[in-house]
Amino acid sequence: MLDPALLMKPPVDAWPTYHGDYSGRRYSTLKQINAGNVKNLTLAWVYRLNTSRSGAMLGGEGPETPPAVGPPSIKSTPLLLNGMLYFSAPDHVWAVDARTGREIWHFAWKTRGGDHIGNRGVGIYGNWLYFLTPDNYFVSLDLATGKERWHHEIANMKREYFSTNAPIIIGRHVIIGVGGDALDIPGYLESRDPENGDLVWRWNTTPRPGEPEAATWPNEYAMSNGGGMPWLPGTYDPELNLYYLGTGNPNPVLTGRSREGDNLYTCSIVALNPDTGKMAWYFQATPHDTHDWDAAQTPVLIDGVYDGRPRKLLAQANRNGHFILLDRTNGQHLVTTRMIDSLNWTKAINAKGQPVRNPEKDANVPGTLVSPDTSGATNWPPPSFSPDTGLFYVATRQSFSVMYLTDTDERPQGWAAAERNVGNVGSALKAIDYRTGKVRWSHPLATGPAGSVGGAMGLLSTAGGLLFGNDGGGNFVAYEPATGRPLWHAGLGANTSNGPQTYLLDGRQYIVVGAGDTLFAFALQQ
Amino acid sequence: MASTLHAQPAQPPGGRGRGAITSPRNAYPDRAPADPAAIERGKALYGVNCQFCHGADTRGGDGGPSLLRSSTVLDDQNGELIAPIVRSGRPGMPKFTLGDDQIKDVAAFVHSFRAAGYDEARLRPPSIIVGDSKAGEAFFNARCASCHSTTGDLRGLASRIPDERLLQQTWLMPGSGGSRGGPPPVTLPPIMVTVTLPSGEMVAGKLDRLDDFTVSLITADGTHRSFRTNGNTPRVDVRDPLQPHRDLLGVYTDADIHNVTAFLVTLK
Repeated sequence: MLDPALLMKPPVDAWPTYHGDYSGRRYSTLKQINAGNVKNLTLAWVYRLNTSRSGAMLGGEGPETPPAVGPPSIKSTPLLLNGMLYFSAPDHVWAVDARTGREIWHFAWKTRGGDHIGNRGVGIYGNWLYFLTPDNYFVSLDLATGKERWHHEIANMKREYFSTNAPIIIGRHVIIGVGGDALDIPGYLESRDPENGDLVWRWNTTPRPGEPEAATWPNEYAMSNGGGMPWLPGTYDPELNLYYLGTGNPNPVLTGRSREGDNLYTCSIVALNPDTGKMAWYFQATPHDTHDWDAAQTPVLIDGVYDGRPRKLLAQANRNGHFILLDRTNGQHLVTTRMIDSLNWTKAINAKGQPVRNPEKDANVPGTLVSPDTSGATNWPPPSFSPDTGLFYVATRQSFSVMYLTDTDERPQGWAAAERNVGNVGSALKAIDYRTGKVRWSHPLATGPAGSVGGAMGLLSTAGGLLFGNDGGGNFVAYEPATGRPLWHAGLGANTSNGPQTYLLDGRQYIVVGAGDTLFAFALQQ
Repeated sequence: MASTLHAQPAQPPGGRGRGAITSPRNAYPDRAPADPAAIERGKALYGVNCQFCHGADTRGGDGGPSLLRSSTVLDDQNGELIAPIVRSGRPGMPKFTLGDDQIKDVAAFVHSFRAAGYDEARLRPPSIIVGDSKAGEAFFNARCASCHSTTGDLRGLASRIPDERLLQQTWLMPGSGGSRGGPPPVTLPPIMVTVTLPSGEMVAGKLDRLDDFTVSLITADGTHRSFRTNGNTPRVDVRDPLQPHRDLLGVYTDADIHNVTAFLVTLK
């Protein structure tokens, strides 16, 4: 049973929501494991994903034989409640003992299909667990047994929607969003009732006719098929009662033809009232995006000092290569800086703090060389902010792609262009001063046979003076947050694939992280 | 939106992004192909009745919306959802008097279009060659000729790589692409590394991995060797033969790229 009070101030023996708390800082006050003793950090247990349907609790309306979708990877951050970890991969949810790594139950969803790119995790309300499936079902399970309570279809798979989001629970609202941009389809965020799964409100990621922002589209048809998928969980300020999330890219994806204008509210950071779904403000990070740079990356809530006075701030390391700082009470823009040197798609940063795109860097028939590539300077893995150092941590790539317009129709569709990757000139872990947006330190990631490897990664900072992440080369690393110097590492055979987390049980602090199909727990040698 | 994080596999020449067609993680069920004769009959009926508003390729036109991304069409199997709309009309759309079999044929034709994005089978893009080959030759002589020769390593390059996009990708970064998921058309010159041990012994080979803790390499006889590193001990020297290609990525204008490609396509 999850006491809703836990969500307001999570204790150290629970991780009740995707980011651990609502702020998205991914900072823990725990310091049993610290810079002085981290060299004694050792393996406590491992859990390798069990995806067999035999012995699993089953649900879903698909065929008995699972589709050939490749091995799942752990992208979800497990929730911790009463000594149990709850986490997911596409079509699967597991409950694992947080002290031992032993599986308690496994739920397998018989899928009808859909894109199985990933699942970000589960949500918990009371005695119930919630998750989304690639074939667009909103499913609720009994937390104790993994038995299904009910499921609701939230989007049409035939329009190539797929759902990856981790549900976020605020009061009696289970907030979920849809994904997919292979076809030109509308994006929306929903609140669902935790008891019966019924729709409470829906917020559309593009305006309706008659709203002033509708003028940022050429016509209703483009606007109503314009994408903007809210495919990642957001953050929440209980005092302001505002839910913050980043929206996805517009459709068609890699060309702006047929959707002239800024295309609100795609590629935007928006603040919504979670009780009503009404928008309080928005800031568009990429007006008229033509490179798949959604703004879905975590909007991190920082209570800091700016211009000499305490401010409620919101920081985002955006896929388009920029660091952005806003006042989260009203969306006022404060800082925009470039995070990577290779970035070549802008002309300037305008007075509103928005990067101004250079139209010559839009996909064209002979090809245009663009950095970053469509994966972006960074991506969905959660960054971290430490109030101890005042630094925002994020990992970046400096990749280049040639973008070719392939759909030369006046009404291009879907992606409409092809991307050919031509190299990465350097991935790095970076620490950014949130007040200025300046990079305080940058630590290069590993080098493989074809050059720099790694990039966006989940991060965790702690009061123990540690920053946990990977090195791009398959090592899980504890870095010194002030300098980026590695203090401890362990080779996991694959790069970490989710956001690391930490908790204290029976007086013992654990660090838990997923790498591909395996969840690892570390603790101090006893 | 969603994406891979690291080196992306080559996409097919049509390039639909997100690997929507080729990705192993994707499990959208395909429609079974319809009877070609039914598609032909449907095409004729569509051309007479529907094309004026919905376009020859069903993407829509000034008069009517795209059918390709319509929920009704996507959910329809054999005309059963399309039929009531065709027969009753809609605001802005007249009624049509078509029989069950005729509507099934129209549905077969409409369903024969790939729903997502660019359908390479029906539309070939123009050539990507737009540059000035003389200017490309001058750029080549100034920036590339210290390592490459059109009569030596690049002889017949355009015959070896007939796909223009793949040719452009390959000269920008050799080894970065392959056609239809196949191997890159040229062998990547490896990054070389030399490890100098405290004893003075030197071990050299192809770089496998260099991180903050270890360096590993493959020696000339194929042996894998790895060494723990601590600060500058042992000493590690890396030589990346592609470094000039990496450095140039931030230097080229798109015109430079198009000119060089226009020059290289002449190397038959």
